[in-house]
Amino acid sequence: MEAFTSLASGLAVAIQPMNLLFALIGVLLGTAVGVLPGIGPALTVALLLPITFKLDPAGSIIMFAGIYYGGMYGGSTTAILINTPGESASMATALEGNLMAKAGRGGPALATSAIGSFVAGTIATLGLTLLAPYLVEIAVSFGPEDYFALMCVAFVTVSATFGDSPVRGLTSLFIGLLLGLVGIDLLSGQSRLSFGVPELYDNIEVTTLAVGLFAVGEALYVASRRHIHEEKLEAVRGSLWMTKEDWKRSWKPWLRGTAFGFPIGALPAGGAEIPTFLSYATEKRLTKHPEDFGKGAIEGVAGPEAANNASAAGTLVPLLTLGLPTSATAAMLLAGFQQYGLNPGPLLFAEQPNLVWGLIASLFIANGMLLVLNLPLVGLWVKLLTIPQPWLYAGILVFATMGTIAANPSPVELIMLTVFGVLGFVMRRFDFPIAPVVVGLILGPIAESQLRRALSISLGDPMVLLQSPISATLLAIALIALLLPFFLKGLGRFKAVED
Amino acid sequence: MSTSSQRRIDVAGLVIALLLLVLAGVVWWDMTKLQILSPYDLGPKVMPIVVSAGLTLLAIGNVIGALRGDLPARDSLDWKPIFLILGGLASLILLIAFGGGFMIGTAILFATTSAAFGRRAFLTDLLIGAVIAVLIYLLFGKLLTLSLPAGPLENLF
Repeated sequence: MEAFTSLASGLAVAIQPMNLLFALIGVLLGTAVGVLPGIGPALTVALLLPITFKLDPAGSIIMFAGIYYGGMYGGSTTAILINTPGESASMATALEGNLMAKAGRGGPALATSAIGSFVAGTIATLGLTLLAPYLVEIAVSFGPEDYFALMCVAFVTVSATFGDSPVRGLTSLFIGLLLGLVGIDLLSGQSRLSFGVPELYDNIEVTTLAVGLFAVGEALYVASRRHIHEEKLEAVRGSLWMTKEDWKRSWKPWLRGTAFGFPIGALPAGGAEIPTFLSYATEKRLTKHPEDFGKGAIEGVAGPEAANNASAAGTLVPLLTLGLPTSATAAMLLAGFQQYGLNPGPLLFAEQPNLVWGLIASLFIANGMLLVLNLPLVGLWVKLLTIPQPWLYAGILVFATMGTIAANPSPVELIMLTVFGVLGFVMRRFDFPIAPVVVGLILGPIAESQLRRALSISLGDPMVLLQSPISATLLAIALIALLLPFFLKGLGRFKAVED
Repeated sequence: MSTSSQRRIDVAGLVIALLLLVLAGVVWWDMTKLQILSPYDLGPKVMPIVVSAGLTLLAIGNVIGALRGDLPARDSLDWKPIFLILGGLASLILLIAFGGGFMIGTAILFATTSAAFGRRAFLTDLLIGAVIAVLIYLLFGKLLTLSLPAGPLENLF
């Protein structure tokens, strides 16, 4: 099959010793940073982006693959051991995982999440391998109006459809779109919202926004309520290994979690939290040990964790084949591509097949490395968790500011970082979702240029958006997805199935 | 929980709505200064108009939410750590802007953030921050050859 020959050539790229080393460094760094409480995968990628500045594109993107999967894995370790999920996608894992850790079964909880992540990641990456060539073939026939319509779907689903409040989600999205306006408009050469500040002419850096919102915002938020909320680390006691019984109770949830995670991640619907909570609810219903739920049931860790990882691999499908990021982490990966002038999409598959397939092959390798490394190294990761909170956040802020000025040595960039930090703090406090801002910033300018390209081809006739059947269908879907949450109150509530 | 379940007007929600309205106004005002150059290009004005209109609608949506008390309940806020962190960031920005290099600023940021999280060993933390700054300078500046803003301390290396 075509997909497998491509994958084989990608594998040849990925197993070059230098690239294996990059993957290993990525996996280790990603896990080490992702394990730190309060740092989710998106921030892990954003913080580590400066390290890859000087590498060649292939090496750096392979390192990214490792960082991405490593960050995911690190996040679930934190969720299990201190019940502070760095991101909403780990929330379901934290529910039963932390209870298991409290009951002295932290080892098996970590093991089932590691092996489940491996199983789900491998199946989902296989899904990506098989699906990508077909989607690329479809995407090639997309005109600019179809891309624009597709981005409208992504905007709506990421911000409004599945959130707690469509108004707050859309507000976040429009703040992102506003930030995307800043800078020189490439088609007309005029500057927008720059107010004569030279640093603003080059657009707002996605990394500065993400690091500001996630790192500075989180630090401000946690510090402001430290007097109320204290974190507690559960020690890993007893055996690390899963018993035969644990295996028997884990393998079906792994597969079911993957079945939820991959398709939902691959649809431009965004957010790993839906499949994780769907998986949690399903396992709770199907379990033969309902008495364990609420006391630390291994199914409640295995399923959501597999769903989380499968959906992370799933989001790579629209990202790589269509250039469409549907989560904050995917937006960061897109920013990583863009720093080399690479634009993910069908063209990249045609022009740089070695790079794309090298990346996909590296995902398999990174996944395997994580499985081999993480269980033996779990003691080390737990040590990272014991860094005192003051030093941890001080270190995060130092690294965040450093990465920002390393990318762009100007005080204005740091002022922006601070402003975004305050924005992130306010958004956390008032429960505005953060991912739509990042997606809006990165996708807004692309959507605008597609729209303008479509309309200049049609000589300004807006009907072109409705005459293309693909575009018309997608716009209809976007409209439905936008209006649905207003009529069906509580579409997002099914994630609140936990009691 | 400070807010009760009964519906009360949420002042903070109204302030957020007002800020959105101000942003919408700024985007609109900025848009009026743009020129449409090509007759076939939609021009740079359309997206700002969409964003400005969207923000206005969302401001209205946020007002409705605030009047209905839809915003989540908030815990009480401790301002001191917020000022400490922002102060640390401000001193870093000022030091870089006026040629003080980033090392001193980084050490200060480390110490103030640490203090914001409840540590009471400012001088020790200042020293730790300085050591981290030197390490980062060597890693980023020398090994990865990225340019970091230099001041008197950085020039010693």
